[in-house]
Amino acid sequence: MPSHTSRRGLLFGAAALSTGALITGCTSNESKDDDSDDKSQQVADDKPGKKVTIGFAGPQADHGWLNAINDNAKKRAEKYSDVTLEATEGSNDTAAQIGQVETLINKKVDVLVVLPADGKALTQVGLKAMKAGIPVVNLDRVFASPQAYRCWIGGDNYGMGLSAGHYIGEKLKDKKNARVVELAGLDNLELTKQRSKGFDDALKNYPNIKKVARQAADFTVESGQSKMSQLLQAQKNFDALWNHDDDQGVGALRAIKQAGRDDFLMVGGAGALSAMQAIEADNSVLKATVLYPPTMAASAIDLARALGQGKGVNGMAEFEIPSFVTCYSAVVDKENVGQYMSTGFK
Amino acid sequence: MTQPAPAAEAATHKSTPADGGSPWRAAVARADVRTLSLLGVLAALIVIGGITQPDSFLDSDNVQLILTQASVIGVVTVGMTFVIISGGIDLSVGAIVALASVWATTVATQDFGFAGILFTAVIVGMGCGLVNGVLIAYGAIVPFIATLAMLAAGRGLALQITDGKTQMVTVDGVLKLGERDSYILGIPPLVLVFAAVTVVGWLILNRTTFGRRSVAVGGNAEAARLAGIDVRRQRLYLYLLSGLCCGIAAFLLIILSGSGQNTNGNLYELDAIAAVIIGGTLLSGGRGTITGSVLGVLIFTTIQNIFALNNLETATQQIAKGAIIVAAVLVQRRSATTS
Repeated sequence: MPSHTSRRGLLFGAAALSTGALITGCTSNESKDDDSDDKSQQVADDKPGKKVTIGFAGPQADHGWLNAINDNAKKRAEKYSDVTLEATEGSNDTAAQIGQVETLINKKVDVLVVLPADGKALTQVGLKAMKAGIPVVNLDRVFASPQAYRCWIGGDNYGMGLSAGHYIGEKLKDKKNARVVELAGLDNLELTKQRSKGFDDALKNYPNIKKVARQAADFTVESGQSKMSQLLQAQKNFDALWNHDDDQGVGALRAIKQAGRDDFLMVGGAGALSAMQAIEADNSVLKATVLYPPTMAASAIDLARALGQGKGVNGMAEFEIPSFVTCYSAVVDKENVGQYMSTGFK
Repeated sequence: MTQPAPAAEAATHKSTPADGGSPWRAAVARADVRTLSLLGVLAALIVIGGITQPDSFLDSDNVQLILTQASVIGVVTVGMTFVIISGGIDLSVGAIVALASVWATTVATQDFGFAGILFTAVIVGMGCGLVNGVLIAYGAIVPFIATLAMLAAGRGLALQITDGKTQMVTVDGVLKLGERDSYILGIPPLVLVFAAVTVVGWLILNRTTFGRRSVAVGGNAEAARLAGIDVRRQRLYLYLLSGLCCGIAAFLLIILSGSGQNTNGNLYELDAIAAVIIGGTLLSGGRGTITGSVLGVLIFTTIQNIFALNNLETATQQIAKGAIIVAAVLVQRRSATTS
């Protein structure tokens, strides 16, 4: 497999990289009608191409981040005149979502983008779509079988923990016996465990820092306020707090204000607009947030469009779109918040 | 367990005060073994908290914290006590809190300031309670189903209003109430509201015709009807009362969290029912106390506080909570049957 890829890369990649972009850039009008085999060397760009109908099945937007996912997908699809988006009503009910995806298969959409409420439970219908010749872009919550999707794009929960841990580690590296507290998300979810694991692994690089407490909340403002006020009561002094989620962070910040505490730095998670605004204003303990970018939904539409048009990805030598794309969990702090503000979600 | 059907008693006492003596003596007389055993459980928890975390558990900040956290669910539980005493159940309390809180925190209400938010929360709560009451009393739909439907519809509506977004409160007067400057003699305003609701609830249940009718309807609805009580109207009022309590709780939650979110009040129905049952109210209706329910809430909140202070993991917390619920009920039943 590796030798196969590298051979293809060597033979055609260089050519595609140097000339492919040039050709599509300059002669896109002609190449639109061109059905010759160098079509596979083309990379997707903003210019109108072959018409593509993308079926989008997302979850119920009962949370700021999921809402941003749906927004990002719709806005990006509107940007392309050659893309028609068939979006289903979001659902957290596995059976309902399977039904929705089946409806999209029956409508014979060209490409499917699916953010399953439960990745494992939607695997079968993903396989069904693939067998019906409809490539599936699996968004974020991964299917149980790689055969059920052509491409996966999603966030990096472990990486979120790592980024948060390293950021806090760098801030506290000169402090002796530094104490860190973690306000985790919903413990029933595997992603919460991954975030905590990444955080713990990052902190291992800083022997002067000790994690003294960890409590899990439910990703809601109410739970964030409640759990944080108890954490503050339990830990009379600590140097840094990592909160897994900016929505529950609204509650956590409220609890911190109510307790009148400002003796530590706080790092959030996900990238909500309110968190970014607080970071920019720099008037609270919240100094940074680790992204779990909802823009991945826009990227999923890009990838789906490229799939539908049989094109590759701009800036990569590959003929095809990649099978696996993991988004980076960047740290947004006062220095770079301006750059990320537009991705903040309500 | 085997008290006489209170319907006849209620009918004969209809227009006279229940007791002639001082309210305090009556209260002590009524404080049965169940209440004392609950106080025992709470005292035991306080000892456990004090031993495991002597520095943080017993300081005044923590007492304020426990009482504040008990306030929101506590107000809901007072309303739930009435409904369960009447032989009903209200599964929609969490959804009503969510709906009232998001409706009260929409941008439109914020223009009307403090009063607008409070008014909206209470009206929405009572509106939902009214719908429950009409369905149950006049539509003859069993409370379990009617309030289950309200649970689903209320959550759905709350989600639709917010579109999944957290609605921040911008009204200073509301936000201030949750902060330290507003404490009155060291007591957070939320706790004062909780205390007031408890006292009023206690008075209504034990000192008014409405209270005796509620018990009568729960003990034996047919006997109550024969004794001249308009059972249907009584049921309507009871769900309206529960809705009102949810509206007040929603307002307290807005103060506490500074926002409205469709996930607010998550699983309140289960917490409130559990507190009422632990408090010694019969799930089949006919008997119950406000004091017991409020002690049930305090026990729950104190347990959670001790868990958090000792940094227990979520799984351990849930297992321990389940064990403590069973233990509390067993202790009560034992002390009630041996007395």
